Amino acid sequence: MRAEGRFSEAGELVCPAGTPAALRTAVDAGADSVYCGFRNATNARNFPGLNFSPEELEASVAYAHQRGAKVLLALNTYPPAGKVDLWRDAAAIAARVGVDACIVADMGVAQHIATNHPSLRLHLSVQAAASSPEAIRYYCQNFGVKRVVLPRILTIPEIRAIKQEIPCEIETFIFGNHGLMVEGRCSLTNWMTGESTNMDGVCSPAAKVTYEEDADGALRSCLGGVTIDSFAPGETAGYPTICKGRYTAPHRPEGYYAFEEPVSLNLSRLLPDLMEAGVHAFKIEGRQRSKSYVRKVVGSFREAVDAIRAGATPDLADLVALTEGQKETQGAFKTKKWR
Amino acid sequence: MTDATTHRPASRWPIFPTAPVRALLQPVLARVVRRIARRHPEMFARIAPYQQADFLIVARELPFALHLRPDPEQPVFRAVPRYPLPDHDARIEGPFMLLLNLVDGEDDGDAAFFSRDLVISGNTEAVVSLRNALDDVDGSIAQETADLFGPPGRAVLGVLRRRSGT
Amino acid sequence: MELTLGPLAYHWTVERKRDFYARIADEAPVDTVYLGEVICSKRAPFFEREMPQVIERLQRGGKRVVLCSLAEVMLKRERQATADLMESEDHEIEINNAAGLLARDGRSHRVGPFLNAYNEATITWMADQGATHVCLPTEMPGEAVGIAAKAARDLDLGVEVQVFGRAPLAVSARCYHARAHGRTKDNCQFICEDDPDGMPLATRDDQPILRVNGIQTQSESYIELLAELPEMKALGITHARLLPQNVDMVAVAQVFNDVLNSGLDADDGRSRLSTICAGTAFSNGFWHGVAGYRHINRKAVAA
Repeated sequence: MRAEGRFSEAGELVCPAGTPAALRTAVDAGADSVYCGFRNATNARNFPGLNFSPEELEASVAYAHQRGAKVLLALNTYPPAGKVDLWRDAAAIAARVGVDACIVADMGVAQHIATNHPSLRLHLSVQAAASSPEAIRYYCQNFGVKRVVLPRILTIPEIRAIKQEIPCEIETFIFGNHGLMVEGRCSLTNWMTGESTNMDGVCSPAAKVTYEEDADGALRSCLGGVTIDSFAPGETAGYPTICKGRYTAPHRPEGYYAFEEPVSLNLSRLLPDLMEAGVHAFKIEGRQRSKSYVRKVVGSFREAVDAIRAGATPDLADLVALTEGQKETQGAFKTKKWR
Repeated sequence: MTDATTHRPASRWPIFPTAPVRALLQPVLARVVRRIARRHPEMFARIAPYQQADFLIVARELPFALHLRPDPEQPVFRAVPRYPLPDHDARIEGPFMLLLNLVDGEDDGDAAFFSRDLVISGNTEAVVSLRNALDDVDGSIAQETADLFGPPGRAVLGVLRRRSGT
Repeated sequence: MELTLGPLAYHWTVERKRDFYARIADEAPVDTVYLGEVICSKRAPFFEREMPQVIERLQRGGKRVVLCSLAEVMLKRERQATADLMESEDHEIEINNAAGLLARDGRSHRVGPFLNAYNEATITWMADQGATHVCLPTEMPGEAVGIAAKAARDLDLGVEVQVFGRAPLAVSARCYHARAHGRTKDNCQFICEDDPDGMPLATRDDQPILRVNGIQTQSESYIELLAELPEMKALGITHARLLPQNVDMVAVAQVFNDVLNSGLDADDGRSRLSTICAGTAFSNGFWHGVAGYRHINRKAVAA
């Protein structure tokens, strides 16, 4: 099997690409796999000017395969009733151009691919929110899922325990935007904007985001006209997402980060522990980021993984400048206290 | 509300009439944008909904701003006064070398935004589309532009890059 | 179309819950009552001892009782609670997490709103796996609901949509109630009990927008789909779900029942509802495919 042969070595680096140029950059920087999506609602980064046409995907698959890298297609949104064909068509293109796996969340989409494209490998998206061995086994047994992308809510001991009870590979996020809500179960954007993360593939769509500079030089970020946050002059900023905003509660009149502060996940120091816990693949978030981000982050983690594989201590480049709010966290992975 | 005309960002340029400078620049800028439009048609496809949008690019160190309309048929790229700025759909403001590096995919726009070095206002989706479109261009637009002007062009780019240490 | 009372999302005291369900049993014009802790596994033990009496009381009042599983299953106790519930043969169950689907193994069940049954393909798959009834995700627009409902009806499934109560907008592994009080989830001391209708969050320019309920984030305003009931009925929706809020839920159910079955005008119903839910705004944006918080006036739409 072509696909299985390509997915053998643990420590696989799964890297983001929002454009063909970013995909080539990721491959050249040492990505083992690159994940990307079509220019429509079938994936969770349906952003303006981003993503791939079928022709671009075909050329990109060829580029990656010539250099020994794989291409994973994100089909990880939930088709609303009446629009399922868009997802089915995307799967058919994926099969035709030879992508190495599809990353899915919706049971209907998973079942369609398992039935109609049985040779297409399936990965379970983080959007499916499968956070227990039972949930993961459900997708493995019914749709032949070969890999699960775990939600960013588990500690390393918990990941190790899950690994012992499931028949598939584990992929975890190691760097990038740190989603706070259980992915695939969040309608916050739809509440504010009328566009749905699950159905339309958008989180805080740029068309509904405005930045306003107040008289005192503070930067106010708004979504759908609602103030998400206000940054004093010189204070580092974050994405205009509801879960990274500052709000007041009756006993917190001064305003506070009710969910999480602008911060990025960086697990570079935990890579050996994750590998030892049975994590097969490391995912870097950021299909909406630039080639420059891809080059720096992928290059840095490539060196780190290679060092670990060679039994050496990785030299961890400082990636903090690329992080949201210019702050890093190990999130839930390090301690249960994060919850 | 955002209004670039109400405050004057720190500039080491005194306020002086920039019309003569701009007049000298216009044919050069026009040549640059026509060439980019010819060489990178795929970039314009990515900004399809905003091909008629007016972007103002404000380099903090320059005494004038740049007006870009990414219309593949009739691209506009010209120097405009900073005070007051003309009407626009979106404004992108930052240090000159940062803007140059963003165009070239050498810097990350989100990171520059997080650090507050890059300021955007107006139609956010237009800005994001332009950013994503530029990012899909392989190679250096700055270098291509410098090459357009032969050795003098390359010399100027070299000086700029050395000054900013990139 | 039948009215149902969805599961209580909040951490009310045992006495209060007991009294609440006793009154629902006796007075509320709803046919089905969903019971069980869906949000936080730490809360569940408090009410477990009361459950048999509450179930019996509701059944005596003529209500069909459905037991709900947790939306988030991660910890051992959550896995165990889910597995135990799936062994139930005495009551219908509503499943809110794929872990439950595995344990249920094809035996009959209802599909909860957290299982993301967004489309006809998924609903068909779920029906094949033993689903008898599906509660659609709250954020689905009416247009898609109509197509999903038709598919479900063709398969003989019940179809349910939330018509009242705060919109469930997100769940997390982190407890935001604990965080607001400088605590962690493991050391929360059940601070969420202090907010029987959720903890309000406002923007820093004083616009109330969200409610925190432990690990869940909800809308500030209540969803209210009174004027949409005839359309929903015509689309084949069989059940309309009222989510319990900290208001007179018997009165709320009566308003919905009057609009549904006694010819009460929707606008008059809304004014009655406004009195019952004083201080809370209503929204129907999700149904109309616009920002969820908005309220679209049906007459303006028709004009």
